[in-house]
Amino acid sequence: MATKADFRTTLQDWLPKLVLAPSFAVTLLFVYGFILFTVVLSFTGSKMLPRYDWVGFENYEKLFALPAWTTAITNIAIFATLYIVICTVIGLMLAIFLDQKIRGEGMLRPIYLYPMALSFIVTGTAWKWFLDPGIGLERIMHQWGWESFSFTWIKDGEMALYTIVIAAVWQTSGFVMAMFLAGLRGIDNEILKAAQIDGASNWQLYRRIVIPLLRPAFLSAFVILSHLAIKSYDLVIALTGGGPGRATEMPATFMYSYTFTRNQMGIGASSAVIMLMTIAAIMVPYLYAELKEKKA
Amino acid sequence: MRALSITALLLATPAFAEPSVEVMHFWTSGGEAAALGAVRDKVVAEGVAWTDAPVAGGGGDQAKTALQARIASGNPPAAMLMLGQTITDWAAEGMLGNVDALASAQGWDAALPQAVKDWTKIDGHYVSVPTNVHRTDMIWASKAAFDKIGAAYPTTWEELNALAPKFVEAGIIPLAHGGQAWQEAYMFEAVAAGVGGAEFYRKALIDLDDSTLRGPEMIAVLAQMAELRGMVDPNFPGRDWNLASSMVINGEAAMQIMGDWAKGEFTNAGKKPGDDYACIPVPKAKGDAFVYLVNSLSLFTQTDPDLIKGQEVLASAIMDASVQIAFNQAKGAIPARTDIDLSAMDVCAQATSTALAANDAGGTALPTFAGTHAANAAVVGAATDAITAFFNSDQTPEEAATALADAIAAAR
Repeated sequence: MATKADFRTTLQDWLPKLVLAPSFAVTLLFVYGFILFTVVLSFTGSKMLPRYDWVGFENYEKLFALPAWTTAITNIAIFATLYIVICTVIGLMLAIFLDQKIRGEGMLRPIYLYPMALSFIVTGTAWKWFLDPGIGLERIMHQWGWESFSFTWIKDGEMALYTIVIAAVWQTSGFVMAMFLAGLRGIDNEILKAAQIDGASNWQLYRRIVIPLLRPAFLSAFVILSHLAIKSYDLVIALTGGGPGRATEMPATFMYSYTFTRNQMGIGASSAVIMLMTIAAIMVPYLYAELKEKKA
Repeated sequence: MRALSITALLLATPAFAEPSVEVMHFWTSGGEAAALGAVRDKVVAEGVAWTDAPVAGGGGDQAKTALQARIASGNPPAAMLMLGQTITDWAAEGMLGNVDALASAQGWDAALPQAVKDWTKIDGHYVSVPTNVHRTDMIWASKAAFDKIGAAYPTTWEELNALAPKFVEAGIIPLAHGGQAWQEAYMFEAVAAGVGGAEFYRKALIDLDDSTLRGPEMIAVLAQMAELRGMVDPNFPGRDWNLASSMVINGEAAMQIMGDWAKGEFTNAGKKPGDDYACIPVPKAKGDAFVYLVNSLSLFTQTDPDLIKGQEVLASAIMDASVQIAFNQAKGAIPARTDIDLSAMDVCAQATSTALAANDAGGTALPTFAGTHAANAAVVGAATDAITAFFNSDQTPEEAATALADAIAAAR
């Protein structure tokens, strides 16, 4: 009898591990294995197919000498900053307004949230048509009689990047709103009541109590938005195709074109590594802070 | 790409009981698919099973990615539609087989012009079978627009430049253009052959000679590009090429500079060459020239005799005279063979074919730069960045020539 019980305990011990093993192995190989593969490739002279002739940091030197890469990283810096800040502000405002115990919240919430259910390709294509001066907003305004109306950002190399910000903010701010709304609902009403009794105005209430209490929601929003920003590929392809000229080139579009269409796999891989390191630079401090908090 | 390679592994060639051929391509638009249908019908009639492996995406970038995944998983297709130096690159990797025996039996050497052989017969072996030749230095002109201002089609760049203000006065956009990087690259090569001439084209875009790239001829070419930039409507960035073609078709614009694949758009709209539109080569300031692009299906090495048989039947079908005609009537290009009767084809195709034969003999047939014949994908990509940056900004031709030469030097 004792051995049978032992067998059951052992099985109970092992079963979770056994069940998790395939997904663990798949993740290990296809995520971390390929990350390692990409890092190795970035130090080789690979052109069309992977090759393993070591060239040291040559690809990285070439990468940072390329004007297209400079454009890409400048663009991502501008895009990510605007995208994260505007999304957070709009998301927070929507959440606070929705949290005023208004009627029809159940209907309004999904309306704001639904853009997130669309793929970036759909968003990009829709906004491309909407912003095109020949068929979209500008034409409608002209037809309605506002002849002097002009909105040609998407055709303008200086301004096209901001149309991507507009489309991306439209898509994600509802999602950010949902995160903040969840945070707001988690705040203890007692604290708010105590503050009100002490005579705090609504503005003070939000500035001094609610927003500081939303810190975890801010952190999650920041992490999700920043990785969405760095990965932005499909939206750019659908909306501007990297144009006009190469004005809206992003690191992700750069990586794809160098690796797969220009037969410069080594340089493409090194740009992917730089992107990964950028994400890591954001994620590692976040994870570190979160884990430390839990211990404390 | 990861998903693709897995699928490729799972689908790894089962044992076919009969000869078969798998053709990977990116000819998915109406006319292109119909063109390939002509080859398929012939192959199937010979009793060979045809497996179609289309990868959508006009320029073939996606198809290239899919091919790399197939190769990496050790399962290359029997035939793959490829362009220019991609063929030489795969041949250099030792991945391509050949149909030399068939070629010598059918006398391909005599049937094909040197321009085509340069991109199909690599190191003395026929690794690729040509379906058609495109001419890229073409102007598509609206007859209605030219009639409206009472002008003749331009034969020099000066004439062309002088037409622009007249069209604007008549409310017509002088030049329909789609502002995508690759379209600007094709426009650039047309202007390079037209303004700079064949000798300049070879030195600058094939030999990639640095001083020529920075020299006065290049600056003249880019100055003409700047003239053309002044002829397009403000709404051009990002426009697809076929939308630009339809601007010419409905008379909204007077001209488009585009390869002869644009003819398909005119044909589909029910327009007749000569009556409704004109297909004219871009003006040539320094003697005749002809910029060509060869489409061919490259044959990846196979070991299974059934698959090798399939490749031979495919190659033979492509080179069949009636298939070449049917294919190119649908595709809008000209047959790769120059020894067949073209009386069934339209006047544009006949004129292009005559011009190819003349330029091939005169040594002024130039391989396309934008289509990665003249230079490899890395160089063309870098140059395209510089060209499109120039066309979409207010850089001077001098600055652009420096940027172009620097970009090419860095990519070599």
